[in-house]
Amino acid sequence: MITLEHDSLVFRFPEVHKDARCAIAFQRTLRIPDDGLEYPLPPGMGSFPLRHLDDYARRVPEDWLRRGGVLMPMHQAEAMWINFHCRGYPSAVKIATGKTCALTGEGWMNHLNTDPQDYAVLPEQPWLDGYCVAKGIVRQFVAMPLGLGYTVEEQLTGEAEHGGLQLIVYPMKAERYEEMMSEVSAGAPPDEFVAYGPIKSSQMGLAPGGRMRQEIYEDEFGLDAWDQRHASRCFVTIANSVQWMSLTGERPPTEPPTASAYTSAGLPWFDYFGGDLTALAETEKLRGIASVAEMGAANGESPLPENKSVDVDRVIPLRRKGSSQVREMAGDAPAKT
Amino acid sequence: MTQFGTFVHTARRSLQEADRRYSLRQVAKRIGVEPGYLSKIERGQVAPPSEAATVRLARDLDQDPDVLLALGGKVSSDLQEVIRKRPRLFAQLIRELRDAPDHAVLRLVREVRDGDW
Repeated sequence: MITLEHDSLVFRFPEVHKDARCAIAFQRTLRIPDDGLEYPLPPGMGSFPLRHLDDYARRVPEDWLRRGGVLMPMHQAEAMWINFHCRGYPSAVKIATGKTCALTGEGWMNHLNTDPQDYAVLPEQPWLDGYCVAKGIVRQFVAMPLGLGYTVEEQLTGEAEHGGLQLIVYPMKAERYEEMMSEVSAGAPPDEFVAYGPIKSSQMGLAPGGRMRQEIYEDEFGLDAWDQRHASRCFVTIANSVQWMSLTGERPPTEPPTASAYTSAGLPWFDYFGGDLTALAETEKLRGIASVAEMGAANGESPLPENKSVDVDRVIPLRRKGSSQVREMAGDAPAKT
Repeated sequence: MTQFGTFVHTARRSLQEADRRYSLRQVAKRIGVEPGYLSKIERGQVAPPSEAATVRLARDLDQDPDVLLALGGKVSSDLQEVIRKRPRLFAQLIRELRDAPDHAVLRLVREVRDGDW
């Protein structure tokens, strides 16, 4: 079962084990420069709000309603990272954007695969910031409207059909967990968009942005550890800021500062060290995707409002077992420039 | 020591064993209180802090804010607001569920609906 608690999706599997639970939230963050350079991890700036899609059943397009799940607002060209929180009971999580796996580039499948591995393992994986495009390198998740060709879904399938973000969580088998534990003990006005309908091009999807250093870890438990008879999945529909205001009557969070304003203010970036865990390599499909800036340049467009390179000189190293709370911006956000 | 103080002390010390950033001084700095005040909280020499400080403390120590607030004898403002809007309904609901087992309470929780995709 999935519940919505404090803007987090909480996955519980009481039918498997009383401890089988994890929470997933979507963190606002600055968009790192999409300039071919590799950056450390940007900070978290608070969670994106999430709402039950069913609360707006009369006003959302029929195809949004059919897939259920939750609604989340993002500004065009805004970036995001996924925060996994798990108190010890391991889970396997598949993450897709536009029903295209963020780790392999393959189409959506309701089961786990190991060759190549198409899921992350919690709690080993604390965050996911983007698409795995090389071993130890991801391209940041950046929101773009569907229909312009920038999203990974459109680049790999040629279709602008699904958009949004999809998750499925599998708990570890109870007997495996018990065995392991015993071993351990040893901005716009809403009325402008009132009449929007189920227009596919008005949906938002996720596209690949700048490159950053982040490893996605190999499954140390093996495929047999996961209870694939019990899974919970969720479709996260991404609404642009005008749609969000029109539907919910709430203003979306303000846009984060630019990478250059943030860095100039002396605020920190982060690096994460997963100890002796092995990082997954990229697949051929994701190795070949073009970033938003690359595709914009090829098309003679400027899809990113600000994309200046920055020199990062303040990086806080984080180690395995460190609390996710510390990957946050300290102090007030610098003004957006 | 109070139950609140003992809980905070135990949680912080357990994190500190693996990570020096959970020293009394560093936790106090992150949540915006004086180290001496946090020390008194842990020893039960002062009352639990404000709701905002308790929530910051819970998040820093990777604990559930509602649980820590309850240990401090508080209920979060957002929950109070929910009850104030429909006091009769929620008072009745909470009293009826007082002795229900966890799995029965969870059955009442609103789930995120999965559809066809």
